[in-house]
Amino acid sequence: MMTNSLPPFVLFFVAALLLPFFRGYFRYALLLALPVIGGFGLIGLEEGSTLQFSLFGYGLEPFRVDRLSLLFGYLFHIAAFIGIIYSLHVRDNMQQVAALFYIGSALGAVFAGDLITLFIFWELMAVSSTFLVWARRTNKALASGFRYLIIQMSSGLLLLAGAAMLIYQNGDARFEYIGLDGQGLEYVASWLIFIAFGIKCAFPLFHNWLTDAYAEATPTGTVFLSAFTTKAAIYCMARAYPGTELLVYIGMAMTCFPIFYAVIENDLRRVLGYSMINQLGFMICGIGIGTALSINGAVAHAFTDVIFKGLLFMSMGAVLHMTGRINGSELGGLYKTMPKTTILCLIGAASISAFPLFSGFVSKSMVMSAALAEGYHGIWLVLLFASAGVFHHAGIKIPYFAFFAHDSGLRVSDPPNNMLIAMAIAAFLCVFIGTNQQLLYGLLPYTVEYTPYDMTHILAQCQLLFFSALAFVWLQKQGLYPPELRSINIDTEWVYRKMFPCTWNVIKNMYCSIAGYICAVTDKILCGIGLSVAHIYGQQGIIKKTLQTNYAVFMVMIFLLGYLLFYLFNLT
Amino acid sequence: MSDDKKYYFDKPENVSFVLRIFYAICGLLVVADIFIHRHTIHSWEDIFGFYAIYGFVACVTLVLVAKQIRKVLMRDEDYYDDE
Repeated sequence: MMTNSLPPFVLFFVAALLLPFFRGYFRYALLLALPVIGGFGLIGLEEGSTLQFSLFGYGLEPFRVDRLSLLFGYLFHIAAFIGIIYSLHVRDNMQQVAALFYIGSALGAVFAGDLITLFIFWELMAVSSTFLVWARRTNKALASGFRYLIIQMSSGLLLLAGAAMLIYQNGDARFEYIGLDGQGLEYVASWLIFIAFGIKCAFPLFHNWLTDAYAEATPTGTVFLSAFTTKAAIYCMARAYPGTELLVYIGMAMTCFPIFYAVIENDLRRVLGYSMINQLGFMICGIGIGTALSINGAVAHAFTDVIFKGLLFMSMGAVLHMTGRINGSELGGLYKTMPKTTILCLIGAASISAFPLFSGFVSKSMVMSAALAEGYHGIWLVLLFASAGVFHHAGIKIPYFAFFAHDSGLRVSDPPNNMLIAMAIAAFLCVFIGTNQQLLYGLLPYTVEYTPYDMTHILAQCQLLFFSALAFVWLQKQGLYPPELRSINIDTEWVYRKMFPCTWNVIKNMYCSIAGYICAVTDKILCGIGLSVAHIYGQQGIIKKTLQTNYAVFMVMIFLLGYLLFYLFNLT
Repeated sequence: MSDDKKYYFDKPENVSFVLRIFYAICGLLVVADIFIHRHTIHSWEDIFGFYAIYGFVACVTLVLVAKQIRKVLMRDEDYYDDE
């Protein structure tokens, strides 16, 4: 079936190609119009309306619309709108063109109805987003971008391998439920795709690309990065692996381990990176539980997370943009001259911490309730611990060390207006969704009655959060809270940034010394042969000595005599 | 870059004022547990002030464990610079 509507990515790709030729207000107009036109274009769409065609005998579906893809479609347009406003002051074609390609690719991925299309956009997302890291134009960012690209492309290769196996096995390329319960080749394929998605979901041990690259990208680039890649991966996971119990445990680990890192991390954007893995953990858990409520909770949380995490990244981007610093040890006291940024950051902090009336509360509580209702009591306790932890580092640590704490003496003003407007829109949405949750619930894939605002939920959540804050105050007053130190913490990146290079050096040195030894031995042998040859054929050699000229004349005489005698005998 | 202007939290009495309000809210939330009946699923939820205790203990544990982890994981800022 063909529809008149164009796949949403087309708009962004065309605009990305045209953008370098636009200047001044035309450029602003083009950039701002894109997400508005694209977003409104989605509103009229009916579920099931798709664009389909056939290639090499396989049906491709580059534009599939259902409730799940539509929700992420809306979300990505909102994120694009906020991100574009936030980066409107940027005069860098590389960044803005890359951002438009990146948004388009992410939209392409969530509307992809088949595995081939998904793979293409999966890789386009990887490449385009890398330029947002490189655009920082520092050596660190360049190196970080390469690491990011290699890991993202590996995810793509796994997806390609898995997809090829599945297509070979099933004879069609549709991207639907996959699960981990197949047999034979299908089983291998399902695992390959699972890991491919898992890498981009920042599964434990595969997570380090996120904290590495998001901390090195440009202030505006990180805002885009934080919105699309991981959420597209969550979307894919929700479509292909809902109810896979393993995800519950992976999600639990994801909610838990990053909060320890976040407490001791100095780079505040890296703290937000860890906090993002923690939030992704809640979503993965929800997908793993697999009930209508938990999957609704997972995708609702993806929706709210893009906005409040975007807001937090924007506020830290504003701090970096204005002060040129982002380490907690070098910041503090900025509330004095950046009051608007401080308030907007606090709204983001309240939202991620899931305070009642803020967006995180209406989405995260669904996952928590589902875990409890399905009998995952141990998991629920861990998630509760992680909820307290996220408030501790993202809710308190981020605003406290940036805007309050000890006075760094920095007196910079609030950022440019476009940045403030973008943050204000995100902050408004955080409160709006938190108070009008039914609008969000109405977009979710399943119809489930859920009331986040009852006295039990509100009281429980307030107690949890206020006493987490009390713990922070107590630890600070006791001097037990770990100070922000100029340092880094080693993580799984140590394997490929330290262990592999060191091992390579050891191998190289070993090779060099072995090769050196072999060379020396060979030299000796060859020298020996050389000497022997010289002994026989050299100036003083045996042959040289015996073949003196007079001997040669004598020998010639002998031959001639022999020839003469032979001749005489023949005559007779 | 620094100036001599006094801001809100530069005055210790303002800090303690905000903290007193904060402590009062904490107290009220625990007291509310007496009057408000929470619907519970897990047996631990029936403990008086369960969420308050859990939140406090969780965060203290988190920070103290993280401090120990720091001893193992922390490196100089230029640790990877010789790449």
